[in-house]
Amino acid sequence: MKGVIAGLEMREPSSLDEALSAMRNDPSLVPLAGCTDLYVALNFGTLESTRFLNLWSIDELRVIEKSNDALSIGALTTYKSIIQSKLVRKRLPMLISAAREIGGAQIHNRGTLGGNIANGSPAGDTLPVLAAADATVVMRSADAERRVPLTQFYTGYRKSVLRADELIVAVEIPSFSGKQWFRKVGTRAAQAISKVVMAAVRSPRPRIALGSVAPTVIRLPMTEGALEEGAPIQEAQRILMDEISPIDDMRSTEEYRRRVASNLLGRFWAETE
Amino acid sequence: MHASKIASPLAVGRNVPRKDSAEKVAGAAKYVDDLVFPGMLYGRTIRSTIPRGRIAATRLAFDQRGFVVADYRDIPGRNVVALIEDDQPFLAEREIRHTAEPILLLAHESRDLLLRAHVEIGYERENPVLDPESSPTAFKSLAIDKGEIEDGFSEADIIIEGEYRTGHQEHIYIETNGVIAVPQDGGITLLGSMQCPFYVHKALKSMLGWSDERIRVVQTETGGGFGGKEEYPSLIAGHAALLALKANRPVKIVYDRAEDMIATTKRHPAIVRHRTGVKRDGRLTAMDIDIVMDAGAYVTLSPVVLSRGAIHAAGPYRCDHVRVRGRAMMTNTPPNGAFRGFGAPQTQFAVEVHMERIAETLGIDPVKLRETNAFRPGDTTSTGQILGEDCSALDVLRRAVRRSGFRTRQRRYAGTNRGIGLALFYHGSGFTGGGEVRLASKASLGLTERGVQILVASTEIGQGTRTMHAQIVADALGVPFDDVYPVQPDTSNVPDSGPTVASRTCMVVGRILQQCAEEMKTRLGGMTPREFFAAHGPMIVTSEYEGPSGIKWDDSTYRGDAYSTYAWACDVAEVEINPDTFEVRPLKLTCVHDIGKAIHPVLVAGQIEGGTAQGIGYALIEQVVMREGSMANAQLTNYTIPTTLDTPPIDVVIVENPSRYGPHGAKGVGELPIDGPAPAIVNAVRSIGIDLREIPAVPEIVMKAIDLGKGKTDARHVPL
Amino acid sequence: MIFTLNAATVDVDAHPMKRLLDVLREECGLTGTKEGCGEGECGACTVLIDDAAVCACLVPFAQVRDARVTTIEGLGGDHPLQRAFAEEGGAQCGICTPGMIMAALPLGEKPSLRKVREGLAGNLCRCTGYEAIYRAVRKA
Repeated sequence: MKGVIAGLEMREPSSLDEALSAMRNDPSLVPLAGCTDLYVALNFGTLESTRFLNLWSIDELRVIEKSNDALSIGALTTYKSIIQSKLVRKRLPMLISAAREIGGAQIHNRGTLGGNIANGSPAGDTLPVLAAADATVVMRSADAERRVPLTQFYTGYRKSVLRADELIVAVEIPSFSGKQWFRKVGTRAAQAISKVVMAAVRSPRPRIALGSVAPTVIRLPMTEGALEEGAPIQEAQRILMDEISPIDDMRSTEEYRRRVASNLLGRFWAETE
Repeated sequence: MHASKIASPLAVGRNVPRKDSAEKVAGAAKYVDDLVFPGMLYGRTIRSTIPRGRIAATRLAFDQRGFVVADYRDIPGRNVVALIEDDQPFLAEREIRHTAEPILLLAHESRDLLLRAHVEIGYERENPVLDPESSPTAFKSLAIDKGEIEDGFSEADIIIEGEYRTGHQEHIYIETNGVIAVPQDGGITLLGSMQCPFYVHKALKSMLGWSDERIRVVQTETGGGFGGKEEYPSLIAGHAALLALKANRPVKIVYDRAEDMIATTKRHPAIVRHRTGVKRDGRLTAMDIDIVMDAGAYVTLSPVVLSRGAIHAAGPYRCDHVRVRGRAMMTNTPPNGAFRGFGAPQTQFAVEVHMERIAETLGIDPVKLRETNAFRPGDTTSTGQILGEDCSALDVLRRAVRRSGFRTRQRRYAGTNRGIGLALFYHGSGFTGGGEVRLASKASLGLTERGVQILVASTEIGQGTRTMHAQIVADALGVPFDDVYPVQPDTSNVPDSGPTVASRTCMVVGRILQQCAEEMKTRLGGMTPREFFAAHGPMIVTSEYEGPSGIKWDDSTYRGDAYSTYAWACDVAEVEINPDTFEVRPLKLTCVHDIGKAIHPVLVAGQIEGGTAQGIGYALIEQVVMREGSMANAQLTNYTIPTTLDTPPIDVVIVENPSRYGPHGAKGVGELPIDGPAPAIVNAVRSIGIDLREIPAVPEIVMKAIDLGKGKTDARHVPL
Repeated sequence: MIFTLNAATVDVDAHPMKRLLDVLREECGLTGTKEGCGEGECGACTVLIDDAAVCACLVPFAQVRDARVTTIEGLGGDHPLQRAFAEEGGAQCGICTPGMIMAALPLGEKPSLRKVREGLAGNLCRCTGYEAIYRAVRKA
């Protein structure tokens, strides 16, 4: 453990409103919840912030509900709650698949959907699901609430439109039809970081999202368009390979990611016929 | 309690309760990081951030109040970690040979202030040597010659060549390295996680220039070793001692996971090249083997690792003409060191995958090829050792083939994305050649009020030393298992039983204890230990290792009896390859191991299951990514070891073909299980039609192997 | 700060961001909870918060306010799981054992092999190859 605790500060709001007003007054506050990413950074001594806002006890952000026709999942919903939710199982089973594979029981019990979004890793396992589901990120500040589609939420590697005085409060997933499909390719069978992760929906215009193949999670509009127009899968796979921009890193190679992403598209297509 | 005259049931061969279970399951066992001493400081090691160069300047860029700072000038004796060669300093003076080399030590009572302290080191950089094959420095070269290699090649119908590569492997004991140094009464006590208290004692004596009795080394409960706590703890103990003596306060140094991975030893990567002459019927006529191991920046144990690797390099096969050449090359990477298997996993991976390729080339069934060539009693090894009746190569092979349903599955998997493969392998027990005689290990038994006390330096690191030794002693004395109890290895209290390495703790130290017990029994003269104690008070019996008569070994020519016995095994692996992701998933491993005698079957199965899982990781997912001589993925998130979901069912069969030399016929078991899984798994992948010759066979490597195979016109069917 | 530790109400004064792991080991003197990585990867520091398994290395102390924390010491030493680990050789070096047992607790009595493998996927053991651990958990 290389993190230094002395000198860190933590604010503990008891409600969402209190949290938002604290953030308005002090934009240097960094929200924390399940800490499954943040405390890893603390351990490595790479935590840059020194002032934190503990959201863990704000239960109003743990609600899973139908809101109009959309599925609304509160930002503090843990993977465990997602896995156990009948509503999610019915509406967004691919999110359950993603949540199951995100880590062991200990991570399921603590990690939150909002945290996965806020952390913004291109390997975040729920992000392709949300992108393929056309999810909207609901953000709130002390003054206003705004909604941004997940596909427009990220502006670059670990960068997003979220402002320092805003919190992610929920994700809304509109109703849609079509077979859902999810596949994670990690460095081992459990407790792994994704080398390629794909979520897709087989609908008249297929929706395909990939993680770990670009600086952010991406949708593949050209590939989707080709499939919609009836292009053979092999051609769609070629388009996909051009549409992504994977890199070599310590976990995998650019070539592997490209090939596997293409293979996953083929598998998705074959399995959802 | 009345002294019982009723014979207790024998302990050996039974699954008696582990001596340390109760404390471990209760969370009460004390590991080094669980200990706190009054006035204790925390220590931190400042390390080099370049792979090669010279230190130009050092600046302490922090408020030094309350800090203790030590560098090489604080070393009163010799600044070398005494082991084989005196080349590795405790603290760098000018020259830097690898990243993460220790330069400076800090201690403070506040961990936060310690972590915040910033030290600037300026360097004059030099170009590092990172490729062992182009390194100008060989730490060790050796040659094994049997027969005349050219005669063997002239007898051959076909010559088959191949190159096989194995990567680094990190031990990942779940408890990281750590030591506490406590200065007291003009001496110093070192408590820590370690395999070899007397190695630490020797290294500290040389570093401090002190006499034996001023240094006391105590092993604390140790959370796994696997070789990673054989030589490395000497370095940490030296650092903790320097800080503690300068501060005149206890100092604790416990590495976090990242430091443990970046700084400590790993398994030597190897490149092994085979050139083999064979007859059309599969008989081997000549085996020409070249081994290059990457030793890292200092010698540490590399000569011995290379030696064991070379001795096992020709596999458990009869061949009249064998030539082995081995080199351990210096590179500017952290020194590689002891790791379960000690060179043999690398060379046996190579020979077993090569045997598979020979079978493929000749169109002979892989089992048949191995049956033709497997050692039988009376055969001679590459060093000229004549094998006795304790050779079980053929037996374990046939049992493993039957047990796994090899033939049926081979047929069932044909043309699918599943495959089955096997590896036949062996492992010499104890130190090589005359090593055990030179060590002259000692063990003692003490008669106390409580019963019979085992006094050995052999450490419990999870493998079951305490329990297995007590079983052997209980039966030899004819007393109940519960009356025999182990003590904590403490150099001030136990004799030097040699290091806890080399699969020797049962076979060698267990045998010495058996001798002690036999002598004690004679001295008891028919009385029970309690009766004797009541009448005469305490008694101590000490015995020393006696080399088996008739064992001959010449270290200069590498001729003779390399080991007094070998353990034999055959692993069968079944795998499935994912055609989309190129991931190889092991479905099942069948492990048939002849270990002479299972003193405690559950402990033996534990060694085989655990070693097999570690071997599966070595084969498939454990990849040390080195960048500019430094481990780039030094986190458990990125260096992945097998989880429950990566580990398939492991079917263990224990075979007991006794050795004349071990207690109750026992042979070594600690290392054997790590030799087989990698070649068995790779051979299973090969059976699918993928020309794989390298580990770790991560999906990226498998993908390349498939691509290369598809480019060849003679490539067999790849159902992908 | 007040919370329930192994069925007793305790009041512990520590930095709100201190890792629960360090609070347990240093402030509370409960060293049965082990640190293996500090990354939430190995599970050696597994404890229960309100009956759910968590990695104590990833929990800020402030987040156990008013919660029930159970550590290996809270099992008393003679829990069926502890006995089964002892009997089946589930503990070798022992450093993963407390975390492994705490992660196995929420799996209930005599769980299926599949449930055990999935439930313990967040706990690394380097000694056993997990086989003896499965035998122990399924027996308890």
